[in-house]
Amino acid sequence: MSEARAHIFATIRRALGRQAPSAEQAAALHRRLDAPEPNVIPARAQIDAPARIGLFIAEAERADATVARVATVDDVPRAVADYLAANNLPSVLKVAPAVADIPWSERTALSAVAGVAGGGDPVGVTGAFAGVAETGTLVLLSGPDSPTTLNFLPDTHIVVLAAARIVGTYEDTWRSLRAAAGGDGPLPRTVNWITGPSRTADIEQTLLLGAHGPRRLHIVLVDGDDG
Amino acid sequence: MEATTRNFERNARKALADTKLQEALARLSHGFPAKRRQAIARLPEFEALRDAARDIRNDVLENLDFYLERFETRVGERGGQVHWARDAAEARSLVLKICQDAGARTVTKSKSMIGEEIAINEHLEANGITPVETDLGEYIIQIRREPPSHLIAPAIHLSKGQVAESFKEKHGQFPKDRSLEEPRALLDEARTVLRESFLEADVGMTGANMLVAETGTVVVVTNEGNADLTMSLPRVHIVIASLEKVVPTLDDAATLLRVLARSATGQEISVYTTFSTGPRRPGDLDGPEAFHVVLLDNGRTTMLGSELHEMLRCIRCGACLNECPIYRAVGGHAYGWVYSGPMGAVLTPVLIGIEHAGDLPNASTLCGKCEDVCPVRIPLPRMLRHWRQRQFEGNQSSAASRYGLKAWAFLARRPALYRLAVGPAVAVLGMLGRRRGRFRRLPLAGGWTASRDLPAPAGRTFLALWRKRPAGRP
Ligand code: SF4
Repeated sequence: MSEARAHIFATIRRALGRQAPSAEQAAALHRRLDAPEPNVIPARAQIDAPARIGLFIAEAERADATVARVATVDDVPRAVADYLAANNLPSVLKVAPAVADIPWSERTALSAVAGVAGGGDPVGVTGAFAGVAETGTLVLLSGPDSPTTLNFLPDTHIVVLAAARIVGTYEDTWRSLRAAAGGDGPLPRTVNWITGPSRTADIEQTLLLGAHGPRRLHIVLVDGDDG
Repeated sequence: MEATTRNFERNARKALADTKLQEALARLSHGFPAKRRQAIARLPEFEALRDAARDIRNDVLENLDFYLERFETRVGERGGQVHWARDAAEARSLVLKICQDAGARTVTKSKSMIGEEIAINEHLEANGITPVETDLGEYIIQIRREPPSHLIAPAIHLSKGQVAESFKEKHGQFPKDRSLEEPRALLDEARTVLRESFLEADVGMTGANMLVAETGTVVVVTNEGNADLTMSLPRVHIVIASLEKVVPTLDDAATLLRVLARSATGQEISVYTTFSTGPRRPGDLDGPEAFHVVLLDNGRTTMLGSELHEMLRCIRCGACLNECPIYRAVGGHAYGWVYSGPMGAVLTPVLIGIEHAGDLPNASTLCGKCEDVCPVRIPLPRMLRHWRQRQFEGNQSSAASRYGLKAWAFLARRPALYRLAVGPAVAVLGMLGRRRGRFRRLPLAGGWTASRDLPAPAGRTFLALWRKRPAGRP
């Protein structure tokens, strides 16, 4: 409805008492968008790598996620099997292609299939692009090897995260995404920030975990892997 | 929906006498504000972040045309489409057309105030398409056919018993004698029912907390994860948003997100913050094939440069509702339309016309709490005064006959009315009078206080004080 569009822009400009921004103004605005600057950054997230890991774990747990630490990626299947057993959960995994080559079944009773989530998958396993220490937030990117539905449909979401991927702030992740941007821009179709498992307090303000998304969010932190 | 805003007095009277509602409002009043304070106490930079948030929103409004064009361009480059709607009717037709073109029968929805504002559900239903709200609170009020009573907690006015009744009526597929006493049982039942809707929907419709000009990205925040299932399972994702939601950059979005959840629920950040840019990319295994953004004006652009300009900074956190003594006394439905509390009292007259909402600006004590907590520092009391002035000039306000005045006179004259109901009202009067000790001019009862001063109540009912007195004292 281009008529509506024209009308809206005319109203905006009339209300602001000007025409479209001048060339000079527009140039300044373009600079603002093309070389974005961070604003106020909380001091608590401006810390060195070991402190970042500690803060990430503490904040993730505050948000009701659970965290296990392992030395190498080969230790991940055992940690996942132990977690599922301890919580009485099925050992059938739907895994993102990004983490499909972890030897899930070599020394465990786990079975793993790679692909998108279906309504009946009890456990989804994905990687993550980053962990943000500031609030214990995971950053997941959609893509051919990381379907978004895995983050939301299964009752239990397990995320394998290399400790080296823990950054201080949200802005750190924007910076690295922009630096790696291709022709499609810096962002994939979906960027998910996930902080703890799904919840609601819509009935009498009673906090309940597992509203529509996962009831449990378990993070397996891999220390010895940079990637 | 039909606005009943003109009937504030009747609405308020009903609300004050509704004990279930009063219990719900008491829970709200003790919950959100305390959590907000705790979250802020953990973040020394909070005041600086509020300044930054205000400045970002001001910059957006100054350059709204530029940022909107850039947003539109980027959405297009990523394979999505932006549609423009001047008013609710245009927005409804655009959404309906997209749904019809997609051959949609079922549309899942995540909570959207714009959806409420344009009454999209009724329009889809009238055209043979079934909309399904998926936010738990919004689902509850949809099956009860009620409007939301709070910006972020739409079913805050209901008790679990009322929800259970509605579920028993609506969900005939389950055994009649099942127990729905606990909130957990209610949630699990809704989760089961809505799972099916998520998987069978043809179109998913979400609102937007922000639109990022830098990248053409839509930001949606939830705690349930319902918006994510809504937008990633169906073939088509429709975003409905008001156009002032645009922000310049991803960094600016991060700044606003730092104040949003803390102000809203007292969380450090909501569980899910999702950035969607266009439809699925080549090679993606899931995600929608089409991505539409419907941008609604509905009178907002006429607020630019006016006395109400700053209201457009609002990020819909709900903090001003949670702190407002009037909202806490009467709840959201008394305001008679989609928006409530101080922000609703300022915004509603713009959206439905001052002649239909003329009394709302009087539903305030001008105590200033709303401005104190607003994360983008909107001078809400000043704007409410502006509307009052406008009414005065337009001679819209026939003095004490207006409901606001009447509501106050009503409360003030009946201090012993229903202990539960009156507690908050007396607290309001106490707060209002505290500065001067007594009311020289009760803002909402001018005629009544003109000839005499009304002593300010102590802020607690006598009975409450009596109960709190130390043991052994009379
Ligand atoms: S006016 Fe301020 S406090 Fe109220 S909802 Fe908007 S941003 Fe939040």
